[in-house]
Amino acid sequence: MEILMAFAIGILFMVGTYLILSRSLLRIILGTSLLTHAVHLLLLTMSRLKTGAAPLLGEKAGTYVDPLPQALILTSIVISFGVTSFFFVLAYRAYQELGTDDMEQLRGRDDE
Amino acid sequence: MKTNDVILQTVAKVVVFLILTFSVFLFFAGHNNPGGGFIGGLMTAAALVLLALAFDLQTIRKVVPVDFRKVMAIGLMIALLTGIGSLVLDVPFLSHTFGHFDLPLLGDTELATATLFDLGVYLAVVGVTMTIILSIGEDH
Amino acid sequence: MNNLLIMPLLIPLVTAVLLVFFYKQIRLQKWISGFSVLANVSVAGYMVHVVRQDGIQTLNMGGWAAPYGIVFVADMFASLLVLTTTVVSAACLYYAFGSIGKEREKFYFYPFFQFLNVGVIGSFLTGDIFNLFVCFEVMLISSYALIVLGGTKKQLRESLKYILINIISSALFVASVAYLYAVVGTLNMAHLSVRVAEAGQGGVLTTISVLFLIVFGLKAGLFLYFWLPGSYKVPPAAVTAVFGGLLTKVGLYAIIRTFTLIFYHDPYITHTLIGWLAAATMLLGVIGAIAYWDIHRILIYNIVAAVGFIAFGLAAANQAALEGAIYYLVHDMVVKALLFLLGGVIIAYTGTAKIREMGGLMRSRPVLGWMFFIAAMALVGVPPLSGFIGKLLIVEGGLAAGYYWITGIGLLTSLLILYSMMRIFMNVFWGVPKSPLSEPKKGTGWLVLPASCLVILTIVLGLGAEWIYPYVNQAGETLLNPDQYIQAVLKE
Repeated sequence: MEILMAFAIGILFMVGTYLILSRSLLRIILGTSLLTHAVHLLLLTMSRLKTGAAPLLGEKAGTYVDPLPQALILTSIVISFGVTSFFFVLAYRAYQELGTDDMEQLRGRDDE
Repeated sequence: MKTNDVILQTVAKVVVFLILTFSVFLFFAGHNNPGGGFIGGLMTAAALVLLALAFDLQTIRKVVPVDFRKVMAIGLMIALLTGIGSLVLDVPFLSHTFGHFDLPLLGDTELATATLFDLGVYLAVVGVTMTIILSIGEDH
Repeated sequence: MNNLLIMPLLIPLVTAVLLVFFYKQIRLQKWISGFSVLANVSVAGYMVHVVRQDGIQTLNMGGWAAPYGIVFVADMFASLLVLTTTVVSAACLYYAFGSIGKEREKFYFYPFFQFLNVGVIGSFLTGDIFNLFVCFEVMLISSYALIVLGGTKKQLRESLKYILINIISSALFVASVAYLYAVVGTLNMAHLSVRVAEAGQGGVLTTISVLFLIVFGLKAGLFLYFWLPGSYKVPPAAVTAVFGGLLTKVGLYAIIRTFTLIFYHDPYITHTLIGWLAAATMLLGVIGAIAYWDIHRILIYNIVAAVGFIAFGLAAANQAALEGAIYYLVHDMVVKALLFLLGGVIIAYTGTAKIREMGGLMRSRPVLGWMFFIAAMALVGVPPLSGFIGKLLIVEGGLAAGYYWITGIGLLTSLLILYSMMRIFMNVFWGVPKSPLSEPKKGTGWLVLPASCLVILTIVLGLGAEWIYPYVNQAGETLLNPDQYIQAVLKE
């Protein structure tokens, strides 16, 4: 299972990087969200996949999985949700103001 | 083009209340089981978003006449106040406690200060999510 | 347990939330936030005093014991930085009162400013590496808002890049945390230090440490500073002053903390790498500073050069160099914010940022001229001003550690910084006015008042070195002996 996850993470990283390197702003934003997904999966895998019951006292199991990475991922998801939505709004505003979503044209000059 | 969403609107009117009820259930279940203020808040926001999809933003404003930025601030304030309470009592910041009380109708009930903190989280999540979605959706 | 530790973070947080309630009453917002920053300065000062008296203070959130719960730790290094942060942000806030404008005030400028303080102070005080990430994000999200507030075309364009680079570095941060957690199974910094020492810092851990170096280097502008000049140029002076004074310094703090507390076992690889990155940063930064004719650009590239200099203090990693790095860090936070504030006043008077089009300001604004001169001298490190002691200690430590080349580069950099600052001074203040002074807005004269507080502070930091040195010494000692930190947190 870990091997499969490693491949999934690698592919997500690859697609994310590819999208971030493209010129359209929308693709870049999608790329960043894929990248954060990959990182969250990485965090999940790194703490070992299923080693026991869900970390709830009601389960009354002998072994539980480590709840810490799940808490970390939740925090990270919340943060990336906020940042991505902010990024979206900003990109939309920038598109309205500047009339383009092409990063090449958003380069800007040095002397202004 | 005028679209006809009578099915969506009829279903939404019923389903919104189911979702809202479920979100309250999730909020209280969160004390010992999966759930909590965060998920409950998201679920409430989901109900409101469904309303926004089925009708429009003006309707939402009329049906739920609250400023969601204020909701967010109130939520943060409640969460912070439970923390500040522990400063007053001179225990580590964010310490929580619970006790068993004999309430009318409910019988022996466990009441915990953590629920208050969670209420703050719930309101903050509803406020933040709705602020984001409304500010994206406002523009045409 | 000491609840004092949460106060410098709680005060701006409560203030920010209060300000959201009063978002229509700008005047009330000013009163509340103006009062709260002053309260925070005194609380932070008291915290430094307590740490000096009783050693490292810790606070276990919610009463959960150290490696399991979230812990806040105030050693002397962190508390000194918190105190400097509160002072700098107070000066910038009072400057913003007079300069930021109605448009920004209406769109929650003051709440975002307070949230930024929450993030910065939280990053200094936290003792948990994931919590550090969260505080970083609080700081960054507020900085996104502050950088784009106003919504001009330039701001929109540059903030897109700023946000993108920070999202990527945050993703890398979480990835590094994941790897670290997989190897040692803890995220509490003190506990990390113990576990890494037990396991021995082998190849895997050193690789992870370099990943952290990349992440923090992106935030601090250590070699990876390419995003910095564009995005720091667009916001108004009060915001750039906060960014230049505080944001990059948080990245530097994180580098210093991780490489003195956790990854200090293999200095041959990590610290040498930091040393050469620092040398490259200094050189590239100072080349930028002498290449441009725009007052903002020159100051921004000076931020980059200073980041390199402080990182070099860490690379040398002996008592003198670390003390120098701490002293210089405190000095740099004050003096960079000061220079940006003064730059803002100059631009308000002349109406342009290009120093070739200025001139003769000394005749009409002598106070401003002398203040800028003192700030420039302090930045360069002319005795007896504040930059001198830090520089002296870093150079001494660098020579003792055998980094002759990099020390030479550092000294050369100082010389070139002197050149770049004098170029601003001569072009702006000497000669005759090249264009008629634009009519400044009413109240521009008052803007020098918050800046003058910082001028006094740099003089005090220089002349009062004898009283300040014991504090820096204590901070340096804690950095050199991670055991003190570990003992205080884990209390075994």
